[in-house]
Amino acid sequence: MQRYEQAVWSETDGPRYEPLLAEKNERTVDVQERSSLPDDVTRDSVTLPELSEPEIARHYTRLSQMNYGVENGPFPLGSCTMKYNPKFTEEVAALPDAAVHPDRSAESTQGTLAVYAKLQDYLGRIGGMDAVTLQPPAGAAGEFTGILVARAYHEHNGEGDRSEVIVPASAHGTNFASAVMAGYDVVELPPGDDGRVDLDSLEAAVSEDTAALMLTNPNTLGLFERDIEEIADVVHDAGGLLYYDGANLNALLGQARPGDMGFDIMHFNLHKTFATPHGGGGPGAGPIGVTEELADFLPAPQVGDDGDEYELYEPEHSIGKVHGAMGNWLVLLKAYAYIERLGDDGLADTSSKAVLNANYLAEQLDLDVPFGPFHHEFVASAGEQDAADFAKRMLDYGVHPPTTKWPEIVSEALMTEPTELESKDTLDQLADAFNAVADEDEQSLSDAPSSTAAGRIDQTSAARNPRLSWHDLE
Amino acid sequence: MSQQTQNTRSERQSGGSPYAPHTAADVEAMLDVIGAESVDDLFDVPPSVRFDGSFGIEASSEQAVVRDVSDTLAQNEQLTEFLGRGRYNHYVPSVVDDLSSRSEFLTSYTQYQPEVAQGFLQALFEYQSMLAELTGLEVANCSMYDAATALGEAALLADRVRGTSGSEVLVSDLVREERLSVLENYLTGNDMTVATYPTEDGITDQEALADHVTDETVMVYAENPTAVGTIQEDLAAVGDVADEHDALFCLGTDPVALALLEEPAAVGADVVVGDASVLGLSSAYGLGLGLFATREDYLRQVPGRLVGASEDTDDRRAYTLTLQTREQHIRKERATSNICTNQAWVALRTAIHVAWLGTTGLVDLAEECVQLPRELAAEVDDIEGVTAPVHDRHHFREFLMETHRDAEQVAAGLEAEGFAVHAVDEHHVQVCVTDTNRHECSEFVDAVEEVVA
Repeated sequence: MQRYEQAVWSETDGPRYEPLLAEKNERTVDVQERSSLPDDVTRDSVTLPELSEPEIARHYTRLSQMNYGVENGPFPLGSCTMKYNPKFTEEVAALPDAAVHPDRSAESTQGTLAVYAKLQDYLGRIGGMDAVTLQPPAGAAGEFTGILVARAYHEHNGEGDRSEVIVPASAHGTNFASAVMAGYDVVELPPGDDGRVDLDSLEAAVSEDTAALMLTNPNTLGLFERDIEEIADVVHDAGGLLYYDGANLNALLGQARPGDMGFDIMHFNLHKTFATPHGGGGPGAGPIGVTEELADFLPAPQVGDDGDEYELYEPEHSIGKVHGAMGNWLVLLKAYAYIERLGDDGLADTSSKAVLNANYLAEQLDLDVPFGPFHHEFVASAGEQDAADFAKRMLDYGVHPPTTKWPEIVSEALMTEPTELESKDTLDQLADAFNAVADEDEQSLSDAPSSTAAGRIDQTSAARNPRLSWHDLE
Repeated sequence: MSQQTQNTRSERQSGGSPYAPHTAADVEAMLDVIGAESVDDLFDVPPSVRFDGSFGIEASSEQAVVRDVSDTLAQNEQLTEFLGRGRYNHYVPSVVDDLSSRSEFLTSYTQYQPEVAQGFLQALFEYQSMLAELTGLEVANCSMYDAATALGEAALLADRVRGTSGSEVLVSDLVREERLSVLENYLTGNDMTVATYPTEDGITDQEALADHVTDETVMVYAENPTAVGTIQEDLAAVGDVADEHDALFCLGTDPVALALLEEPAAVGADVVVGDASVLGLSSAYGLGLGLFATREDYLRQVPGRLVGASEDTDDRRAYTLTLQTREQHIRKERATSNICTNQAWVALRTAIHVAWLGTTGLVDLAEECVQLPRELAAEVDDIEGVTAPVHDRHHFREFLMETHRDAEQVAAGLEAEGFAVHAVDEHHVQVCVTDTNRHECSEFVDAVEEVVA
């Protein structure tokens, strides 16, 4: 089996870990001595690391080697859609003309606004939505924005007393948190026997209090909500809106559109579906699309085209702003370039290969994989084994494990999403790792990992005795 | 990997994703294993909602896309920016681009498996440490989206720890509109309101502030430096007023200013927010890095991610995401925030930039932020019809200048001369100068002279 290694730093002399910069060299500067400001507005001193550039280069290079990324090997994290990102988008983001200040006039930034307007248009077409804002800086920020738009819409229509948002139990945790941030009580929808929304349960959950239903489709079990049109009718008949969580859009790209399924609001995770690097957890971008009825409530400003030039305008009933500027621009720019590179065929092929890969990998596993058929991800069960231990042991086989212990509907869940950009060979290696671990005993799992930069890390001690800066290590 | 199964580029299917590695033979073999006739059969989507894939977006070669984006962005006018108001350009050293672009960093995800993410975790721990040192507060998280959303999160924190006593957030009247709007949106769900208190000659009017604070106030927010570049004196008095009313004192700032100005903890700040991307990224059309630090007392109320030190099974020092029971993936509707994706990579860049500057370099950069506006203001003040700085204060990076001409017209006139400035109101124009535009100051002064004449 091929192994995807990361550097292991074992030192016989010196510390058995990469020292902190402050441990290598630290300097205290007397600020009052060095500044022309009066002492009563300055601090006394400041103490930070102070090293030469070669030392810094070596430090961060070592750190990078103690880190696993998509280019080190497969990263099948369900619902996170970790796929290879082409390199040219970095070149595009580094163009000097991209780095203008956000307070520049619209007249002097027609190029930037053109990219905005075109990306708004592309995403509208891809989602089947009438209007798009690019302002939310992450998927969860998109959810929050979408629910604020829903709230503003209901209030505008004299239905501001709608107080509930319905969320399926298996939904992303962000859905619950975003709905609460927007001021709603969450009604949790239990899953049906087939892992999908049960129409009777939904009928029982909706009422005149329903502001919206937040739905991921395909859902977090990788299952398409086949009754989506009926679901939309139930929610709409109750006067609620249907919200599409775009986390799993990679599975449907070019095959189906949220707007056509009856969704009123959706968010896009540009860093998942449209291949911009996750950068260790961000930045991402979470634009939202809405139907015509909701367009007037979008955040301000919007980018429009008055026929002559691009302009900024405030939608009539705008909720205001959800980001200090225009969102995570460099991520938007990379997504724009990626969409142009792929075009219609490439976009549709993305979901085809993602679904093919997920079903192929699921088929190869000796584990129990309940429900089905799957789209781009599936949830296998580690059965009697502990899913977290299972994951640690997979690290020893040189692959990144899937998302573990979630959704809770499947016991000891291993939520797996290979994405469209893994080859058949890599999927075979992943399957070998899953199957090898499935055959191992409890002890070897709980002892794992043994071949990584660090052994199993004590989470309890980290939480009980929080040490959050280098001062806490002195 | 055997030769027989190795894909060659020519064997790959054409017309699909240019990055998918599958050959036609692979697809056949995989479908055989699955037991399906075609990939289309794998989609469990009712025909009534199937889409035929026609978006009308034409695929382009890599070269054509780079050319297209490059040509489109070239429609931006080439202006020298004298713009600030919360987002600043500083020179970003090449080493930041180079090291942060290493694919092990750039292509990794949130550090859910810390044993293979020690590098990023340590970098984020160093970032947290630098903020702890600069703010004097014990806890810094490892990134929020930007200054505006960090302010929103601070107000939500204040509501959690002080919400039983009131529902109002009090904000300086100098805070920029965009931040206020974001703050208001963050508070809609909690029925909280935002009110402003007045400033006098560019800094907090202590007496007026004391008049405005009530028992309803859960947080008082001030910025230092302010949005017009003034350095506030007697910030500790703001902290005292907040404290007397059992409200939190939240201070908005940035890491460069923190190298020089009063330590937030020393003036009684309970929370520090701001935009840290001034180091590592610069203004980048507003792509930010929300800074967030607070006292240990509020550790379990901190939004977003925290990296903590721990040990591995061999007792070696190791790092991990910690206190995750605050977070949305565990606590769902009771979470401290909905943040999942954050700005980790920008935080990495900022940490590298701070390391590259070192203590001396950071303090010197901050001192330059005091000297440059002082010198430039004196020069434009010599122009007839211009007064600068408007406020008789020390400034940081930027200042207001008053002109007898209409400010919008002055801004438009300067734009025609190749300079971008911010028109604040009828007769006030804001000017920001840092290491990135200092070499064009004399041309700028000439242009101001011409435009206001």
